[in-house]
Amino acid sequence: MSQPDFAPALERAITRAMAGITAITDLKRLSGGASQETWSFDGTGANGSTPLILRRAPYGKPVQRSATAVPLATEAKVIRLAEKAGVPVPPVLYVLQDTDDLGPGYIMGRVEGETIARKILRDAEFADARPKLARQCGRILAKIHGLDKTQVSDLTVVPPRAQFDQYRTIYDTYDYPHPVFEVAFKWLEQRLPETSELTLVHGDFRHGNLMIGPDGVRAVLDWELTHIGDPAEDLGWICVNSWRFGETHKVVGGFGDVVDLLAGYAEAGGRNMTAERVKFWEMFGTLKWGIMCMTMYQAFAGGTDRSVERAAIGRRSSETEIDLVNLLFPKVQP
Amino acid sequence: MMDQPSSLELVTAVREFIEKHAMPELQGRTAFHARVAANALAVVARELEQGPKANAEEYAHLKALLGQDGTLDELNRELCHRIRTNGVALDDPALANHLARTTLAKVAIDQPNYSGFQHSPHRPTK
Repeated sequence: MSQPDFAPALERAITRAMAGITAITDLKRLSGGASQETWSFDGTGANGSTPLILRRAPYGKPVQRSATAVPLATEAKVIRLAEKAGVPVPPVLYVLQDTDDLGPGYIMGRVEGETIARKILRDAEFADARPKLARQCGRILAKIHGLDKTQVSDLTVVPPRAQFDQYRTIYDTYDYPHPVFEVAFKWLEQRLPETSELTLVHGDFRHGNLMIGPDGVRAVLDWELTHIGDPAEDLGWICVNSWRFGETHKVVGGFGDVVDLLAGYAEAGGRNMTAERVKFWEMFGTLKWGIMCMTMYQAFAGGTDRSVERAAIGRRSSETEIDLVNLLFPKVQP
Repeated sequence: MMDQPSSLELVTAVREFIEKHAMPELQGRTAFHARVAANALAVVARELEQGPKANAEEYAHLKALLGQDGTLDELNRELCHRIRTNGVALDDPALANHLARTTLAKVAIDQPNYSGFQHSPHRPTK
């Protein structure tokens, strides 16, 4: 396979920025969303090979990222802050400069491990890790929420009410009736937390963004949705049934229980967290994922992405509807 | 009256073609999208089989719940409006019952293997 056209520029940047690296090899695309590209490569030199990751704007062009995504340089800043606080993250080794001619982005160390939920939840090599993960996630989240938010100036502040209004508006725009979503909105509106303290939150703490090894969580990835919000938001999001990947009775990510998540959270200095606050954000997260499925379908309907995947995902919003029904009405009516 | 095959048979034939013949020839993103395509056709097949009954039941429940008539779309919009404007109590057992039954019928078509459906307390016990 031929090298992507930016490979020489990346090699120039990395050899200048990192001592001991004289060349790059094995540059390959890992994934790509609308808001970022992720590339894996090795930096080689006299001391051997260094496994690296490049995260940058698509095609190296600064783009209007989704309203909630932070700029890549901010993402790098938050990851460095998290690392200092003892949150497991991939080390950010270099933030791209304009002169690198690679667009906005950064280079980080490549952490080995697994992000695919079905393997983490079922494969034997993770059997010892699974019972420890909920508590570990709680500890990690407490550390994230304890970060000094004043160190990062350009994070969006999204209090619960603002986020509620945001999703209400998106849902209203699609003008398609979902009575279950209406009940969920009502339920949430009646319980909107009067949060006194807003903290830095990860914003997408779930399978896929957690690099896990047989020893537990090795790195928290994908910080592009980080913002200032209700810390319970992160704890509720990982409890959304969609992220349990079939292991529905293990509420936290399909691997653990809320009591362990809360115990880990308190252990690491997290304050005032309760199962009730987590439940609010589990309900909210489930509704959000349902509306996100509608949004992805809209990309198909509006013509910006005519893939069968974008069309079909619209029919997954009913998954969140049954989850909401199960949460809203836990007991069967006689 | 259309000739044979039925639309259900046609959709099933295309799904089987994708699964048995096209997918083994494909790789990477294209193979993934072929899998999604086959699953989408399975949704269509289930909707052809179960959709008419599910819609008829939803319609009958909505009319009873709302005490008015209209199209299925109109009645769903009316229910949404009432929920939003407090025209129906959230703890009304008739509302819970309607939403549970309707949603179960939807997911049975869309994603019958989904855990939230498989383990729903609202599923009738066999």
